[in-house]
Amino acid sequence: MTVFNLPDVGEGLTEADIASWKVAVGDTVEVNQVFVEIETAKSLVELPSPFAGVVTALHAAEGETVLVDNPLITIDQEGNKPAPTGTPEPAEALATAAPVASEEPGPLVGSGPTADSSVRRERTNRPAPSAPPAAARPAVRASAIADTISRRAASLGSAVTREVDRAKPAMASFVDRVLAKPPVRRLAKELGIDINDVVGTGTQGEITREDVNSYQAQREAEHAAAPTYWAHGQLADARVDRTAVRGVRKATAKAMVDSAFTAPHVSIFVDVDASRTMEYVARLKKSRDFEGIKVSPLLVLARAVIWAAARNPSVNASWVETPQGAEIHQKRFMNLGIAAATPRGLLVPNIKDAQNLNMKELAVALNDLATTARAGKTSPEDMRGGTLSITNIGALGIDTGTPIINPGEVAIVAFGTIRQKPWVVDGEVVPRWITTLGGSFDHRVVDGDLSARFMADVASILQEPAMLLD
Amino acid sequence: MTPAATEVGPKDPVQILTPDGQRLPHEIYDAYLGDVDEDMLRGFYRDMALTRRFDQEATALQRQGQLCLWVPLRGQEAAQIGSGRATRPSDYIFPTYREHGVALTRNVSFSEMLRLFRGISGGGWDPRENNFHMYTMVLAAQLPHAAGYGMALSMEQRGWDEEKLAAEGNAVVAYFGDGSSTEGETHESMVFANSFNAPVVYFCQNNQWAISVPFEVQSKVPLVERAAGYGMPGIRVDGNDVLAVLAVTRWALEHARSGKGPVFIEADTYRLGAHTTADDPTKYRMTEEEAAWAPLDPLIRLETYLRENNIVDDAFFEQLAKDADQMAATVREDAMAFPVPPLAKSFEQVYAEAHPLIQEELAWHLQYEAGFADSGENA
Repeated sequence: MTVFNLPDVGEGLTEADIASWKVAVGDTVEVNQVFVEIETAKSLVELPSPFAGVVTALHAAEGETVLVDNPLITIDQEGNKPAPTGTPEPAEALATAAPVASEEPGPLVGSGPTADSSVRRERTNRPAPSAPPAAARPAVRASAIADTISRRAASLGSAVTREVDRAKPAMASFVDRVLAKPPVRRLAKELGIDINDVVGTGTQGEITREDVNSYQAQREAEHAAAPTYWAHGQLADARVDRTAVRGVRKATAKAMVDSAFTAPHVSIFVDVDASRTMEYVARLKKSRDFEGIKVSPLLVLARAVIWAAARNPSVNASWVETPQGAEIHQKRFMNLGIAAATPRGLLVPNIKDAQNLNMKELAVALNDLATTARAGKTSPEDMRGGTLSITNIGALGIDTGTPIINPGEVAIVAFGTIRQKPWVVDGEVVPRWITTLGGSFDHRVVDGDLSARFMADVASILQEPAMLLD
Repeated sequence: MTPAATEVGPKDPVQILTPDGQRLPHEIYDAYLGDVDEDMLRGFYRDMALTRRFDQEATALQRQGQLCLWVPLRGQEAAQIGSGRATRPSDYIFPTYREHGVALTRNVSFSEMLRLFRGISGGGWDPRENNFHMYTMVLAAQLPHAAGYGMALSMEQRGWDEEKLAAEGNAVVAYFGDGSSTEGETHESMVFANSFNAPVVYFCQNNQWAISVPFEVQSKVPLVERAAGYGMPGIRVDGNDVLAVLAVTRWALEHARSGKGPVFIEADTYRLGAHTTADDPTKYRMTEEEAAWAPLDPLIRLETYLRENNIVDDAFFEQLAKDADQMAATVREDAMAFPVPPLAKSFEQVYAEAHPLIQEELAWHLQYEAGFADSGENA
């Protein structure tokens, strides 16, 4: 009894549809006798039998899809006709050699396990091969080899992934839009998806067809559920959907509770005419210096916050309880946190020593931070040690809100959406680009007048970015 | 003896055997078929039939997951057997990846050829044994090699007189297809071979399709007309006529080895099957076209000729079919039994002598392999 698995009949095909069977269970087949016609992504192909014998099972029906390396047909080379019931004798099933043959006969597609061609071979706990075994060679030689290999790695194909990793930031700064192949862009367009919203999982961060499909699937699941959402509530046992609180959601909840109930929050708001900021951003976008770098009003706000914090340093601090009593630690550096909505939930990674970055460096840092966060690759280190945060709620079209301070910090700035509104300038009503800044402060550290001065300073920069030149 | 290039006539394909099996007289090429007796004719048929059977078996092996890829040649047997049988063992052949029939004429083992397609060897046979070069997967890459080999031959044979050249002179046959004809290497190779008067016979099997690109998209004129641009004789031949192919290739080799320089042969033929096992020709060509070429099959016309002239009987075909099946079974057995060489073996084949970098990489690889829990099973 031999199971013949679907081979890759093209170059790199993964599956095929059964177009038509040329044999039935019980038929005798010769070597090379065509037994099935399959349709692959590339072509319609007739498969010749590799064995002579009697067909005992066809593992898929016509029209079904079979994955490469999954069972297609079972042939009894001894020539035994199958048992009339179609179920094998237990002994017979045991005697079959191939692991797949332990499956029951009959149509299996969709019920059998998927063959995973990329199963990792188990490794022993020997050292990684970058350091050859000391016993095999003198130690000096061994480290020399390791050195050479790591040096060569950059130029060798075996280090492609490392190369790609290294290339990523470079790519990101050269390409001012998300990476995706044209057919994938087209797919997104056809589905009405803004490709910028999709998280790329490709080797170079590019958006793959699967990413778009899974985005669409998620969207469909949410949208499709909307019309029937309330209807489900009619069922007595389905009036509440329960979701266990885990992971980022759990961490976020704890942090917010800690913050809201240990730090007395004061929130203040200011409307700002950000028209000059919009002009400035437009100029930066056109400037050759910023070619390939994404520039947004958030960049100006980030600079404004850093600038204003230097003038009002108590906002860049933390409240620390010590055995000797509480202390206020005022930081002479700024790790600027940017709250980011990610597939994992809300994260607040920060840009380390943001005070040392010039406009361009800050722009690059903001891009990298957002890209990393959206790709779900933000590391714990990226989120540690923040000193002041910005939450860009405007990106979602929200005017303002009362943000909760990131634990360990004493201030957070909420950046509302920027839209054209009627504004009075010199007694005339004119359309201007208006935004609202919101700020929450830990009143234990930052008094009302100080928080007001800080917010006014930030607003002044948005009103006139040229002030940064002072 | 050798007619001038203009007499060869590039316009009309040379034909000796018509599609309905009639043998036509030819004022130039009959002289190149003087030794073709009944045994040889039967041999040509046998060669073509065995090649076709091998092609079938290899295609089946690919469909059964035993070969990564196969490149079928069905329909091109006459072009390959006729040209291959025109060569001397000391001539050197540069094939593409489809010259299974030529390989047979060079006594390359069919089984060995499957190593490459089974993905367990970069070559599979020793080119020095049969003067049949490695298959070249990169289109037209073999043509500059052929020109270089030819240039070396002419250096070696410099100063030889006509008699010695005719008796001992060697030549090169460079195979390529209509698709390769558009590659830059083809041009460069032809320029060099002509500049250096190298003994190279450019043998183009125009099978009408470069994968899915029809010939008329690749050239507005018959390829053979390009020969004049390089200053070499061009011959267009019916590539499904084994006798015509044999005759023109013999003429071309004689021309080349006698120091007169390269020759271009365009053999009109037709790929009856797919480009490779990963291709589906029904997507790009019409059934009518395939049907129109089917009766021009090289085996059919030779069979008709052999039968009508009572050179063979039914027993011949029956025996041949048995032999072919036997050969196919042997090829299958051999192919399945090839040991899979360890990857470590590849490190030995980079340089002729030990090389420090390769040694280091080998050490790295061996240690990497040894790090697997199941190492030793398939290291």
